Amino acid sequence: MSETRDILTGPIVRNNPIALQILGVCSALAVTTNMNTALVMTLAVIAVTAFSNMFVSMIRNHIPSSIRIICQMVIIASLVIVVDQILKAVAYDVSKQLSVFVGLIITNCIVMGRAEAFAMKNPPGISFMDGIGNGLGYGAVLMFVAFFRELFGSGSLFGIEILPLVTNGGWYQANGMMLLPPSAFFIIGGFIWIIRAYDKKQVEAPEFIMSPNSKKGAV
Amino acid sequence: MSANNDTIGKTITVTVLLCVVCSVIVSAAAVLLKPQQIANKELDRKTNILAAAGLMDSSKTVEELFSQITTKVIDLETGKFTSEVDAATFDARKASKDPALSSALDRKIDIASIKRQAKYQTVYLVETEGKLEKVILPVHGYGLWSTLYGFLALEGDLNTVVGLGFYSHAETPGLGGEVDNPLWKSQWPGKKVYADGAMEPLLGLIKGKVNPDAANAAHQIDGLSGATLTSDGVSRMVKFWMGENGYAPFLTNLKAGGV
Repeated sequence: MSETRDILTGPIVRNNPIALQILGVCSALAVTTNMNTALVMTLAVIAVTAFSNMFVSMIRNHIPSSIRIICQMVIIASLVIVVDQILKAVAYDVSKQLSVFVGLIITNCIVMGRAEAFAMKNPPGISFMDGIGNGLGYGAVLMFVAFFRELFGSGSLFGIEILPLVTNGGWYQANGMMLLPPSAFFIIGGFIWIIRAYDKKQVEAPEFIMSPNSKKGAV
Repeated sequence: MSANNDTIGKTITVTVLLCVVCSVIVSAAAVLLKPQQIANKELDRKTNILAAAGLMDSSKTVEELFSQITTKVIDLETGKFTSEVDAATFDARKASKDPALSSALDRKIDIASIKRQAKYQTVYLVETEGKLEKVILPVHGYGLWSTLYGFLALEGDLNTVVGLGFYSHAETPGLGGEVDNPLWKSQWPGKKVYADGAMEPLLGLIKGKVNPDAANAAHQIDGLSGATLTSDGVSRMVKFWMGENGYAPFLTNLKAGGV
């Protein structure tokens, strides 16, 4: 039981796919300008990683190793299309905002990474849990980034006004950079910093040690 | 076990089975969800027409609000209403692919890069007690990645913009995708398409911010930063559709009262 819990909660902080493995950063930059799209994207990714892990794991003993990546891709791509179709049917506005990024879940390294690294070697139940866990880890970063970007970029959270904007007669001058993709880099960097400050094990050993300055008087 | 899997027979069997199962799932999802998706699109289209015309009212349903709008089809060349096609079912987007209902555009004329143009277009009129209040005109043009489809609404004077809204495009989110930004869209109302008396469209996007004191500030909209090609696309789209190959003949007729 504790193993299941580990698999489910491990990827959220301790082994976060974005923060530790630096996977799937691309979409984390694109869909985090507001909490709403980030939440829907999170749910979509959780669904895809969980089910693709489960299906890949179910047929893992029958997949010929020469075409295993293609088999995983077929499963992942099908699931992504289904998710995209469902979003278009039930959450049309959000799916319009997410536009191509739902389709791009296919190329999200987290999904394929988990299928290849975990689902190919483990039974379906636990693979499903691993998919949810990694989806949650991805989602945690997405929500964290979206929180700051929407709060400081648009002065709102989930579209509800928190900091009244100057343009709407309030006092808060929106930070336009927060709405541009580069700001997510800073926030993800901050997120990684916070995690590593708390969990020192994640800090890699430095690749080289800087020798002390040999010149006298140099600063 | 894994050695068995690598035989040609097994590889092909697994591939075929996997593909069949996956394609059944994908097609089933597409077919089953289609009605819902079409309904959403239709609702979205009506919402966009209403939003472009500034008629949105959250206390009423979209259907109720849409009932005040008259849908008509015009012949672009003559600029007159036509009864050749049924206004309720005519789809200009589909018609533009039908050789019988459309014509290829000469490259010189085709500044909006739409390649083919339907002979007829649907227009939406808002009238109160016989007086024309607003005209809502469908427009489309190529941006950076995609064709932008939207509506441009004009006041009863057929010159002042009421609003512009896109319902379908695939421009870069955050850059060209900002055509959907309410703040940017809020600049459109009150702008003039034409100079007084002329039928040459002047309205367009400029680089940077519009200086409100400039002589032709009434014809200028802020460009979208980081999206020069989308901004140019929107400008050209307005120029094309408001020009003589677009709605200018119709608007001239409408002004003269002889449609």
